[in-house]
Amino acid sequence: MSVPRFWRRLKNLYNLIGTHCEKCKGYFYPPRNMCPKCRRTGKIIPHKFHGVGEVLTYTIIHSATRDFEKQTPYILAIIKLDEGPRLTSQVICDHNDIHIGMRVISVFRRLGEESEKGMIYYGTKFVPQPPAKTR
Amino acid sequence: MSAGIVSYGAYIPRYRIKVEEIAKVWGENANSIIDGLMVFEKSVPDLDEDTITIAVEAARNAVNRAGIDPERIGAVYTGSESHPYAVKPSSTVVAEAIGATPNMTAADLEFACKAGTAAIQVCMGLAESGMIDLGLAIGSDVSQGAPGDALEFTAAAGGVAYIIGKKDLIAKIDSTYSYTTDTPDFWRREGMPYPEHGGRFTGEPGYFKHVTSASSGLLQRMGTKPSDYNYAVFHQPNGKFPSRVAKMLGFSNEQIKPGLVVPRLGNTYSGSCMMGLAATLDIAKPGDKIFMTAFGSGAGSDAFSISVTDRIDEIRNGAPSVEELLADPIYINYATYAKHKGKIKL
Repeated sequence: MSVPRFWRRLKNLYNLIGTHCEKCKGYFYPPRNMCPKCRRTGKIIPHKFHGVGEVLTYTIIHSATRDFEKQTPYILAIIKLDEGPRLTSQVICDHNDIHIGMRVISVFRRLGEESEKGMIYYGTKFVPQPPAKTR
Repeated sequence: MSAGIVSYGAYIPRYRIKVEEIAKVWGENANSIIDGLMVFEKSVPDLDEDTITIAVEAARNAVNRAGIDPERIGAVYTGSESHPYAVKPSSTVVAEAIGATPNMTAADLEFACKAGTAAIQVCMGLAESGMIDLGLAIGSDVSQGAPGDALEFTAAAGGVAYIIGKKDLIAKIDSTYSYTTDTPDFWRREGMPYPEHGGRFTGEPGYFKHVTSASSGLLQRMGTKPSDYNYAVFHQPNGKFPSRVAKMLGFSNEQIKPGLVVPRLGNTYSGSCMMGLAATLDIAKPGDKIFMTAFGSGAGSDAFSISVTDRIDEIRNGAPSVEELLADPIYINYATYAKHKGKIKL
């Protein structure tokens, strides 16, 4: 990921900021500038997602690209946020615990880095939602 | 002084390594190290955690605990000796990640283990002068200990954030007093991965001289005595030093017990003393008085006298307690620890 590409998406990656169409009540992540349903009659506003959702499906990556090879094996999942949108993210948990339907919450983690002397990319990953109030 | 703590939040990574595991690798006697340090295990960051991610999680817990509107935060200061960038502030990432940007000021601080309490003092001044409504003071570290060095048994990971202001206080800061000298007891040169230190000879001229001087100075200025306080927290590089300095100053083991988290956590450096205060606030009652003295090598100490208000009970359960963050650890072996800490270069 180039520095400007990360820079432009920084707010979305840090705080799960997407968009919401006030007309059809649709939610979008990553953000859309125009509602795909209402088109020009839609009214799009920024929306900060609560960061809570469930695992729709997942895979465990054993053979990763060079940027992620130190992290293998790791879990990559499609997560459906409670507001509706789906996104791909790492889930940090015991590999024996991951399952479809697992409730997860967002956390702030390193996503990667350009190189040892390059920029560090921060953003959102997910962990299992604790049963009580914590973490 | 009219400023105080509006909210606080802590974060501790889930991974732990036991002192026995480290001792086994280097051929040391684990029991003698545990007896000497009074530390049984220490926290270890995940592969994708660093000072910034820990600071963000702690800051989010502080914001959530009291339901703070982050746009009210006019200053963010992150104290650490393990900032991921040499040039590029950690504090701007934190500020962006909690939604406090852009109408605010920010900077990173470094003063070994007391940069976080220095941040509290800066925020107190800004809040009391009316320059800001709220200030965010963070102590966060993924502290470094060279393989085989004595520091490796205690250098841990964790962070604590305090929101400082003048209204809706959960604890008023009655007064603060600092004692600072140029004492080269511990350092890390630019570009070097691990710190160096003066070994066993640094305790007296470093930790004990500065902690006792700042503490005595504050007690004298306020006209208070150790028995006036319900709790006391001292910088905890290990379990022995804070117990010994408490005794030297006239505080009891009961007073320091709730805040003495180092035996199960290790030394979180810039987060160390502030973590002890957070653990104490987790159990403090309205009206309780807390004495706290941080220490940073280099060297200096910041002492604080703190009075807990009725509001503590209203917000206490809004974020995880230190005890909850310490619970349910995942123990790892030395090889995994070395990978997590980047000790193995690929």
